[in-house]
Order: sequence, then structure tokens, then C-alpha cells
Amino acid sequence: MLGTGILKGMVETAKNFAGSYHDPERLTTVEYPEQRIASKENARQFPFLVHDTEDPMKGLRCVACQICEKECPPQCIYIVKSKDKRADYKGQMQFYPATFDIDLSVCMSCQICVEVCPFESIKMDTEFELSNTDRFGGLLVNKHQLAKSNEHYRKIHPTEAAASDAALAVEVAKAQAKAKADVEAKAKAAAEAKTKAEAAAAAGPVGAPASAPAPKPSSPAAAPAA
Amino acid sequence: MAELFAKLDALPVTLKHLLLGLLPGATPEWLVAVVSAVLSITPILAVFPLMFALTTVIERKGLGRIQNRIGPNRVGIPLTDIRLFGFGQFIADGIKSLIKEDVVPRAADKVVHFLAPIALLIPVLLTYSVLPFGKNMVPLDLPQTGLLFFFAVGASTELSVFMAGWSSRNKYSLLGAMRAIAQMVSYEIPLILSALTVVMIAGTLSLPGIVESQTELKFGFLYTWHLFTPWGLVGFFLFLTAAAAEANRTPFDLPEAESEIIAGYFTEYSGFKFAIFFLAEYLGLFAMCGLGITLFLGGWLPPVKLAPFTWVPSWCWFLGKLSALIVLFIWLRGTLPRLRTDQLMGFAWKFLLPMTLINLVVAALWHLSANSIPLVARWPLCFAMLAIPYWLLGRGFEAKFTKREYRFAN
Repeated sequence: MLGTGILKGMVETAKNFAGSYHDPERLTTVEYPEQRIASKENARQFPFLVHDTEDPMKGLRCVACQICEKECPPQCIYIVKSKDKRADYKGQMQFYPATFDIDLSVCMSCQICVEVCPFESIKMDTEFELSNTDRFGGLLVNKHQLAKSNEHYRKIHPTEAAASDAALAVEVAKAQAKAKADVEAKAKAAAEAKTKAEAAAAAGPVGAPASAPAPKPSSPAAAPAA
Repeated sequence: MAELFAKLDALPVTLKHLLLGLLPGATPEWLVAVVSAVLSITPILAVFPLMFALTTVIERKGLGRIQNRIGPNRVGIPLTDIRLFGFGQFIADGIKSLIKEDVVPRAADKVVHFLAPIALLIPVLLTYSVLPFGKNMVPLDLPQTGLLFFFAVGASTELSVFMAGWSSRNKYSLLGAMRAIAQMVSYEIPLILSALTVVMIAGTLSLPGIVESQTELKFGFLYTWHLFTPWGLVGFFLFLTAAAAEANRTPFDLPEAESEIIAGYFTEYSGFKFAIFFLAEYLGLFAMCGLGITLFLGGWLPPVKLAPFTWVPSWCWFLGKLSALIVLFIWLRGTLPRLRTDQLMGFAWKFLLPMTLINLVVAALWHLSANSIPLVARWPLCFAMLAIPYWLLGRGFEAKFTKREYRFAN
């Protein structure tokens, strides 16, 4: 009959009305400035730059490759590459950002900068209270404000940070293995050269044409090490 | 004891006479009339806008609770930590609407644009002049034309709605105004026809007279509110439905459907003019509720003539019933979604109009068979005569849910 649906609906809303007073489970509202809830692990607001060392500026992972700057859809990142190089976490010589600014008012929190970064150096923060009284300078965030430690990253996104740390550990292990292989190959090459030289010295003047093909088999072995 | 309560009941009237008595003896008669009018108007202008202000907060809080939210609970007394459960909100809202910039579109017809909110508020306030708020408390007793005056003045709000929509030079304003006019004109007819049954039975257009017609006692203690008769019961709900449409309340708030036409005819209004529209809308709703109370709910009468009920002053009964109806409208707003325009029109012409006409016939039958058929048989008979057409007419308006077929997804 016409009207029964209205009555049913009114009973439902009356239940909500009465229930919201005696059953706090129903109320999903968090009265924000006083009450807070822990941020969700998948939350993301604004990027930050990860650093590994005590001094944020020295330990930035960013190598100023500018991939994020080029990929950023609203073009809110501005990077100036340094003139000199410095050793990164692997000990490799790399550039670093002389300037790294993100315009907070332009950023749309899309996380594309994070996706494209090959160096695990830019990540999303969960900090959301980003309002500022200075609407021009205050909204342009520089690298000193952007730099946050890896510990902070581990705290806000534990799962992602573990994956990131693992990836970096693999990179470091690879670099170390490579360095080790390099050292071994160098030692081997040196040893071979030494034996050859001794053999040549023992063979005397006849050894001159024979010694010419000798470096050839050793050079393919040395090439991957280099 | 009873004398004290009677004095309390008559307090507003006594107060007015006391204040009139303070006038010097040489005052000309016209001045006495003016002062008397001012003394009658002042409480109306104080009580009902204040009620509006409180209603806005209560409505927001109530709707919040209906949706399992907390609702406004912050604004209390400024510069202190006293929050008053958010009941300071209306003062903040009022200050805000007063100091907001009043934007008038460049292409607008500025004079009409300015006059529209005033032309809406004044008729709405005029409707209060004939409502009996308590025993001997009617500002303007029109013994021949009270109800007619109410409807005539109330209907003139349509003009101001169209003034607002037309002068704004905005397609949404115009669409909203056209919707509002179509809706108000359509629902005016069931509204008046459902009120007409009471006029037929009471035999008077005077609103205090209609309240008087409900003072008879049944079983020695029960007042004969028109609500207690079958035609009155049905007529009251028909009246409430039509009144909700007249006052642009949910589920008939199409003239200001945000999702479709922004804010309807007051899209181009801001600041205090918007506040006046808002105020007039609520005052119109209160006036409609007041009329419904007068017609069907016994006006300022208590439901039964027993000791604790009769102690409460008559104006408290009126305000109490008014508050109850406002709560009902808030509850409905929290429950029902908005109708579509074709549904709205179909409901007015295909359901409400036939029902009110049948109700008129049933009221006549009820009146004429008063002496021939005993009440025990008369009541169910008349009720059945209304319930069967209700069921038959209502079949076309029930929601039909069929299982939706997704041709391409399956």
C-alpha cells in the first residue's frame, strides 16, 4: 500500500536517531582537532625526500636525475642539478639536487614521482596539516623542508619501507659483489700477467711472438669486470 | 490553583491590556489602535523568528543524528569554552548572513530583485495575523473571512517567487521559479479542499470559530478535535502533504533541488536577502503547521479535559503542537528523498485531488448521518469509504522494483 515504504523509512531513521545517542559505535565522526585517529598505512598526502644519514642534506638519496620533474603531471617539481658529484649510499659518485622545490598548491598527490623514481629517494608522506599563513613563499616547499629520514618512512609506511630497504640492500649487495669481483679479476689479471711475464722472461727472445696472443684470452675475462 | 493557571493562560492578554492602560487618557483612538496592533505584532515577530533560528539548529542536529553523525556542536558563547551543545550556531549564522557581501547580478532587474524577498516575507507574516495562538489570542479576528484571508495572502507568495526567479536573469533561477509556481499552484487546490471539509463541518471561516467548534466533549473528557473523525484524520494527512509542498519541504523541495538547478529561484541571492528567503520559507512552514493545528488538532485546546492537561496554558499547547509538527517535518526530511517533477505533478492531480474530493463527500456524509447511524458504525463506515479509494488510487504510485538486467555485463 502507498505509504508503507515511508513508514518503514521513518522507523529506520528513528532507529538511527535514537541509536546514535546510546550506541557510540554508530557514530563514525571523529571530532578532529581534539580527537585523532592514526593515519592509515596507505594514506598519502605530499612527497618527501628520503635521507639516510644524520645530516639530511648530505644523505639525500636523490641524484637530481629530474625524472620526477619531467613526469609530474601538474609540473610542480623544480630541480637544479649540482655542479659537483658526491658518493651515494653505494659509494658511487653522483650528482645531488642543488635545489629541490615542490609547489604545495600545485601538487595533486598523485604519487607518480614516487612511481618513476629509480633511486627510492622520493616517497609520499602522511602529514596532512599543511596549511600555511604565507600563501606564496610558504607553499613552495624546499629541500630542507622536504628531507625526512628513512626512519620516518619506516614508521609511516612499514610495508613499503621494508620493500624499499630490501631493494636498496640488493643494489648494495650487487655493487659490493661487483666490486669484489672487480678486485678479484684485477688480482687474477695481475697474477696472470705476472706468470706470463715470468714465462716470457724464461723463454727468452723466442717468446716475443708467442706473448702477443697471450693477453687476448685474458681480455674477455677482464671486460665484464670493468 | 485553577485560578492561577487561568491567570497564566491569560497572561499575554492581561499584559497587553496593562500596557494599553499605561497610555494617557487623552490619546486619540487611532493611536490606541496602532499601539494595540504593535503590541500584538511584537510577540509574533519575536517568537516565530526565534523559533526559526532554533529550528535551523535543531534540524541540523536532528538530521545529523538521523544519519548517525553528531551535527553542529561547537558554537556556544564566544570567547569562552561554553558550547551549549551548538545552540549558538544560529547567532553565528545570522551575523554571517548580515555581513556577507550582497551580490546582485549585473544583468538583473535590480528593483524586482531587491523587492522579491520583501514581497515574500510580508505575506508570510500577514498569515500569522489570523491564527489563534491561544484563548482570546488572535491578533486579527476576521469572523467572516479568516481562513480565506490566510489562503489569499499565502497564495501571493507565488508572485514573489516568480519575481525572484525572473529578475535574477539566470536560467536556474527561472527554472526553479517555474517549478515552484507549478508546484504551488497544483498543491494549493488539495490544500484548500482539505481545509474546506473543516469549514463545511464547523460552518465558519473564522479560525477562532473553528477552534470553538472542537470544544465539545466526547465521553465527558475527550475534546472533539477534527483529527478524531475519519475525514479529519485523512484530511489532516492530506493537508500536511499539501502543506509540505506549499512550503517547499522535502520530499517536495524541487524548486531548490541542488543537484539539478543549484538553489532554484534564489540561486542569485546572497547575504541577508538569502537569509530573508530562508526565514520566509520556514515562517511559511510554521504558519501552515499553525493552520493545520487550528483546523484539525484543536488549535490551542488540550486533547482531554483532565486536570494536568488543562493546567497548561493554551498558548503552550499551540506552541507544543507546532513544535511537534516541526519535528515531524524534520524527521520526514531526514527520511525521504526528493520527488521527480512528473511524480510531483502526478501525485497532486491523480492522488491528492481525488482524495480531497472524496474526503469532502465523506465529511458531508458524516455530518448528515450524525443522527441516523450510531458512532460505532459511522466511524468504520466513513473510514472504509476513505481507505478503499486510498488503496485504489495509491496503487499507481507505489515503487515498482524489478530485478535489473545487465544485458552486456552478464
